[in-house]
Amino acid sequence: MAPTVAGSVPRVTVERTLPHEGAPTAAAAPSAADHLDAESRRWVDELAGSGAAHDDAVLRLHALLLRAARYEVGRRRRALPYLRGDDYDDLAQQSADDALVAVLRKLGTFRGDSRFTTWVYKFALYEAAVKLRRRAWQDRELTLQPDAWPAFASAAPSPAERLEESELLTALRGAIRDRLSAHQREVLVAVTISGVPIDVLAERLNTTRGALYKTLHDARKKLRAELAVAGFDIARGDWEHGS
Amino acid sequence: MSADRDRTTESRRLIAALLGPAEPELTCEQCFEQLDRYVDLQLAGDDADRDVPGMRAHLVGCPACLEDHASLLAFAAIDDGEAPPA
Repeated sequence: MAPTVAGSVPRVTVERTLPHEGAPTAAAAPSAADHLDAESRRWVDELAGSGAAHDDAVLRLHALLLRAARYEVGRRRRALPYLRGDDYDDLAQQSADDALVAVLRKLGTFRGDSRFTTWVYKFALYEAAVKLRRRAWQDRELTLQPDAWPAFASAAPSPAERLEESELLTALRGAIRDRLSAHQREVLVAVTISGVPIDVLAERLNTTRGALYKTLHDARKKLRAELAVAGFDIARGDWEHGS
Repeated sequence: MSADRDRTTESRRLIAALLGPAEPELTCEQCFEQLDRYVDLQLAGDDADRDVPGMRAHLVGCPACLEDHASLLAFAAIDDGEAPPA
C-alpha cells in the first residue's frame, strides 16, 4: 500500500457488523462484543463509525501502531547493522501502515478477549518482525541441504547419558534421511538446524508460514514415532530446556 | 567444564528443536489469533497456559512465534508502565 502521510486517513472498508446494526457475523458472535472494556468499546465504536471521530481514531491508532513498530525495529536493529537511521524509520512506518490496514480489516473479529491495545500491538509487532527477518536474510543463501548437520559430539555429564544422547542423535539423523520426504527434510533442516526464520522460508518457497509449520509438525511427528519404535524414551520431555 | 556444559546444552537444544513439543499444540494461525489474550492473561498474573491450551507447546516448537510472543509481552508490559519480563 502507499505510505500513509501524517494527517491523512486511509480508506479501508471495515468489515464489522456491530450488534446494533443487524445480524452479527460469524466472527462477531452475539456475546462477543458484550465483554469489551470501556476503552476497547470506545476504540471499536469510533473506528467502525464515520466522520471526524472516526478519522481522529484512525490517526490515534496509527500513532499507537507506529510506537509499537519503532519498539520492535529498535529491539532488533543490532541484527541489521548496515541499515541507516532513515531505513529503520521507513521500516517502522511501513509496518505501522500495513498494521493499520490489517487492524481495520479485522476489526469485526475483535472479541474483547484482550485489551484493544494489546490486540492492535500484535499486528504492528508482527509486521515489523516479518519485515526485519526478511531484510536480515534478503542477501543470504538459504541452506536447504539435508546434510547440514552440526559437527559436535555429545558432552553429557555421564558416560551413560553421553551414549544415550549420541545414539539418539545418530538415530535422528538416520530417520531424517530415510523416513522424511525431501520437502519435510528441507523444511526441518532449514528451520531447526540452519535457523532460517519460517516466514523467510515461506516467502522463498512461495508458501505460507502456517503451511510450512504443518510440514514441520508432520516431520517431527514422524521422527517421534520412528524413535519410539526404535525404543528411545523421548516422552520424558527434558530435551525442551537443554537441561 | 563450561565448554562441555555449552556443548551439552547445544546438543539437547538440537534434539528438542528436531523433535518439537510432545504435547498437542496450536497452529501458527491459532497462535496469532490467541496471542494477545495469552499475553494479557500473563500480565494479569492469570494461568494463561490453562486458559489457552496448546499455546506453550507451540511457542516451544515455533521460533518465529516465540519471538512474536516475547515482543508482545515485553511491549505490553512497557505500555502498562512495568518492566518488561526478563
